[in-house]
Amino acid sequence: MTSSAEPPRQTPLHAVHERLGATMTPFAGWQMPLRYASETAEHQAVRHAAGLFDLSHMGEIAVAGPEAGAALDYALVGNLSALRPGRARYTMICAEDGGVLDDLVVYRLDEDEFLVIANASNTAVVFESVRDRVAGHDARVTDATGDYALVAIQGPEAAGILAPLAGDLDLGAIRYYAGAFGAVAGRRAWVARTGYTGEDGFEVFCRPEDAVHIWDALAAAGAAAGLVPAGLAARDTLRLEAGMPLYGNELGPDVTPFEAGLGRVVKFDKPGEFVGREALAARAASGPIRRLVGLTVQSRRIARHGYPVLADGKPGGTVTSGAPSPTLGVPIAMAYLEPGADGDNHVLAVGIRGAEVPVQLTDLPFYRRRH
Amino acid sequence: MSVPADLRYTPEHEWVSIEGTTASIGITEYAAQQLGDVVYISLPAAGASVTAGEPCGEVESVKSVSDLYSPVDGEVVEVNGELEDDPSLVNAEPYTAGWMFRVRVAPDGNGDPVLPPDLLSAAEYEELTKSAG
Repeated sequence: MTSSAEPPRQTPLHAVHERLGATMTPFAGWQMPLRYASETAEHQAVRHAAGLFDLSHMGEIAVAGPEAGAALDYALVGNLSALRPGRARYTMICAEDGGVLDDLVVYRLDEDEFLVIANASNTAVVFESVRDRVAGHDARVTDATGDYALVAIQGPEAAGILAPLAGDLDLGAIRYYAGAFGAVAGRRAWVARTGYTGEDGFEVFCRPEDAVHIWDALAAAGAAAGLVPAGLAARDTLRLEAGMPLYGNELGPDVTPFEAGLGRVVKFDKPGEFVGREALAARAASGPIRRLVGLTVQSRRIARHGYPVLADGKPGGTVTSGAPSPTLGVPIAMAYLEPGADGDNHVLAVGIRGAEVPVQLTDLPFYRRRH
Repeated sequence: MSVPADLRYTPEHEWVSIEGTTASIGITEYAAQQLGDVVYISLPAAGASVTAGEPCGEVESVKSVSDLYSPVDGEVVEVNGELEDDPSLVNAEPYTAGWMFRVRVAPDGNGDPVLPPDLLSAAEYEELTKSAG
């Protein structure tokens, strides 16, 4: 992360976090709630009831105009022009050499209007890359991050809590990876059935000045159902259990989507050229140079980001993310394995501060919701 | 934030309770809150000698790993075995059930334990946590 002298930005919900006694942490230039009480309890609440997240640090990049779809087809690896209004797509932006610049969710708000959601740490890079790449298309690109607050409600109770506050919006008609404009607690919002927890849930994009009102309304409406505020620590363990990659851990400029097991996001059959096509086609043909795998750790100790993976006692890869899994009751991790270390015929361990701790290859995701 | 008046403290956010020449040691509620949910604790073995200010174990939480320091010189006489099965005791009851280890401290000529001069009082420790924000 950059160590700029600028003080971290506060989200429109900062006063709410202070009121709730959150432990705050600097994150990608923002001051964010890490946890409100126990991150494990917050994690379990999302799995079994619901959690409320402030994600206002995420970047929102608006791409609008008659050629917005075609422009995004060129700038990103996905086929965005084929996306119907009201639908969302998980996609990526890659460099010319195929390296991942960020993973993104793109909403088609309207025929000529897209909203690209970037990781907070990458908002500037994504904005500048998209702006530069769409030059020549009839499309305008703006960094609209300051125009939005983002409140996510995630968990099996999320729809039941949100529905009475959502007015005319029929949540049942909003399918997974879709969204609709409506009002939440009387304030205009884009309500999308997306998230980063492995649970059903919604992400509510609203005006910054409406964020506290919407948060408080959801918190009050959900308290009886077990809704709790949840911080970035719980968000990280939730996404890890769900096998979802995190930029800076599983994704970065040194890997293509194929290493991360996400080659399906690259749409070679879409119309026209796109940035990175040649390199990505070569990687698709040659196969990934490393493979992202799941590991369970036979210890209480956590195999953390950057720790070495040992295959038969020799260096065989690197842990990208690790945490205790509240659902499985053991520490879990994702790691990149080199080809020579991959396969069932190796004894795997992770070097945890000098100790070799046995680990087991485990299919991703670690957790899949049943409801 | 609880800072019991009858304990001594270190800038590394440990507490020390002295009875005779035995020092019981744990981490403060402030430390437990900063760490978040504790998931693993590595303690020195009974019989090991420890030196004030030197690492003698680890406290691992969901988000971080921190060294555990001994606040005093001496020999470890007991460790809290309960923490192996339930490290969350450190979060729930940092000053009681979440204690970590006990050290026998060498006595001076009067039979009093020889303690490092820089252990903090409760008031001094509270001041330190406030200035840390």
